[in-house]
Amino acid sequence: MSRELPTAFAIGEALRIALAGDPDVILMGEDVAGGGTRPAGTDEAGGILGATRGLIKEFGPERILDTPISEMALLGAAVGAAATGMRPVVELMFMDFLGVCFDPLLNQAAKFRYMFGGKARLPLTVRTVTGAGMHAAAQHSQSLYWITSGIPGLKTVIPSNAGDAKGLLLSAIRCDDPVIFCEPKQILFLSSEVPEGDYEIPIGKANLVRQGGDVSLVGMGATVNIALQAASQLAQEGIQADVLDLRSLQPLDEEAILTTLGKTGRLIVIDEATPRCGIASDVAALCVDKGFDLLNAPVKRVTAPFSPVPFSRVLEEAYLPTPQKVIDAVHELF
Amino acid sequence: MQLTYERVLGAYRTMRMIRSFEEKLVELVNLGKMSGFLHVYLGEEAVAAGVCAQLGEHDYVASTHRGHGHAIAKGVDVRGMMAELFGRRTGTCKGKGGSMHIADIDKGMLGANGIVGAGIPLATGAALTAKLKKTGGVAVAFFGDGASNQGAFHESLNLASIWKLPAVYVVENNGWGEFTPTDYVVPVKDIAERARSYAMPALIADGMDFFDVFAKAGEAIARARSGGGPTLLECKTYRFAGHYVGDALAYRPKDEAEKWMTERDPLRGFAERVLSDGLLNQDDLQRVDGEVSRHIEDAVKAAEAAPFPDASEVTTDVYADSHRRG
Ligand SMILES: Cc1ncc(C[n+]2csc(CCOP(=O)(O)OP(=O)(O)O)c2C)c(N)n1
Repeated sequence: MSRELPTAFAIGEALRIALAGDPDVILMGEDVAGGGTRPAGTDEAGGILGATRGLIKEFGPERILDTPISEMALLGAAVGAAATGMRPVVELMFMDFLGVCFDPLLNQAAKFRYMFGGKARLPLTVRTVTGAGMHAAAQHSQSLYWITSGIPGLKTVIPSNAGDAKGLLLSAIRCDDPVIFCEPKQILFLSSEVPEGDYEIPIGKANLVRQGGDVSLVGMGATVNIALQAASQLAQEGIQADVLDLRSLQPLDEEAILTTLGKTGRLIVIDEATPRCGIASDVAALCVDKGFDLLNAPVKRVTAPFSPVPFSRVLEEAYLPTPQKVIDAVHELF
Repeated sequence: MQLTYERVLGAYRTMRMIRSFEEKLVELVNLGKMSGFLHVYLGEEAVAAGVCAQLGEHDYVASTHRGHGHAIAKGVDVRGMMAELFGRRTGTCKGKGGSMHIADIDKGMLGANGIVGAGIPLATGAALTAKLKKTGGVAVAFFGDGASNQGAFHESLNLASIWKLPAVYVVENNGWGEFTPTDYVVPVKDIAERARSYAMPALIADGMDFFDVFAKAGEAIARARSGGGPTLLECKTYRFAGHYVGDALAYRPKDEAEKWMTERDPLRGFAERVLSDGLLNQDDLQRVDGEVSRHIEDAVKAAEAAPFPDASEVTTDVYADSHRRG
């Protein structure tokens, strides 16, 4: 059985299942309960975007922990707790805030297991909102998953719809490595099918969401929908596209990328992040490095420009990948 | 600094401008004419007005996500701010920054800030510049009670104290950080107590009373200017509206806000005081109200008529030499 739910609700459902099933799972973050323990007549906020609403009532303030605005302590303590027997889920409100709490991820969580000769286990999940599209400007709109994907020891996943969000989050929480779980703003309030009950979507596996033989469109998070929209327009002019949803950025499903490339010979990767040192570049490099003989045309990247995210609506529209930009790139390949 | 007739009138104009500007923003958002993450300063006007009335052009302020009041009080052009919020090219930041990034460094305004606590070390750096270049200037960091839980706060106060920097740290304790009441996340009764760890003097002001803020800020700023080092100034205030425009406020007891709004409105308190002390008369106040409301209406009209930035501007201003790019 499944029903349609907004992604934010699907995330709440996954958290509820994980919390109910494992007493070591705790949720920590700013306003994740949000007044839930306050006087009668006031209601809990459930996180800035409402994804954790109601959890405080079910699981209580020992497991749903509202923290001060102290991300360094929040992340650092979560790493320490994870290393010593808890299975924390941290809500880092926006990925941009990595700037104030990077060390616990970069130098601690990512490296414990390796530095300690395999003797540490870091079952930590960091849920964090990414991406532009809400006129939230330069410090609340960044897609920084390329940073965490580039650090050995961390895993990074990004769902493109509600059902995937639920299954990927359950996998992330149950994983014994630190996982960054990105929540793209543009899909948080979009509804899609969500299966009932407990299920996991494996980390490290991409998902072919559309079949076509002429060109491969590779997306992640919110750009999967852009790829799908582009694909249905391209179909009207007779170009059939494969659409591959990466789901997991590290590990990267190289086999799935090379398989679709082998089928079509033409590949475009669509990434909301800036173009340097990013996922789009990685995918392009993979195609050239391991798929050179499969290529019938150059690999194209449709990304944000190399600039911070602008505020003004017109600039933000120009900044983001769109179906039209994808279609234009496809036309360059034929 | 003496409170002359001109200064008192100016203080009222500042507070009224902040109030009317932001009431207009709320209206525009509700009408669907404005978007973005907007945090309003309604209720806290006396803090920005009282502190900035003690500052000159060569002094700096660093602000927060709730920055419109600081910008207006520091003299940033309101028409430019309105255009910025409409995302227009004529905006303070050419439409690139929006509410959380309104800045005008020429006016000594180092920017609103999207990162809680980030302005505190920035003001510390501006104070370092003032000290090294012997400008006689001071730097003020405005920030919330919530921000006083960030490492940036503690590290900056320590640094400013050992270097005796001309800085004033103004914590606007409005009782809430987003949806969380301050006493839930801050174990000390007064945030001012935190100064003691850094051997820094602290003051507490009634943040709903312009005159009290003005006096205490005056003391702190005079100490900073004369080489006496930094001060932590806690202003007890209240956030009349939600955390952001659109916040349904389900988490906050209604009577709490109503009590503050009916009993402690800083504009009403100011008006009562200046009338009873004979500093201003009713005509003065009404004249300012009229001027301000016309100014805001003009600013909205001008902003709505102004052009949007060109899409090509997405990639300009990234580097100082970007205009030389081929
Ligand atoms: C580093 C960082 N963490 C969290 C946030 C999200 N956030 C924005 S405002 C805010 C509350 C700030 O509270 P306070 O400092 O008391 O200022 P107030 O909003 O009450 O003026 C939070 C948590 C942020 N912008 N930056």
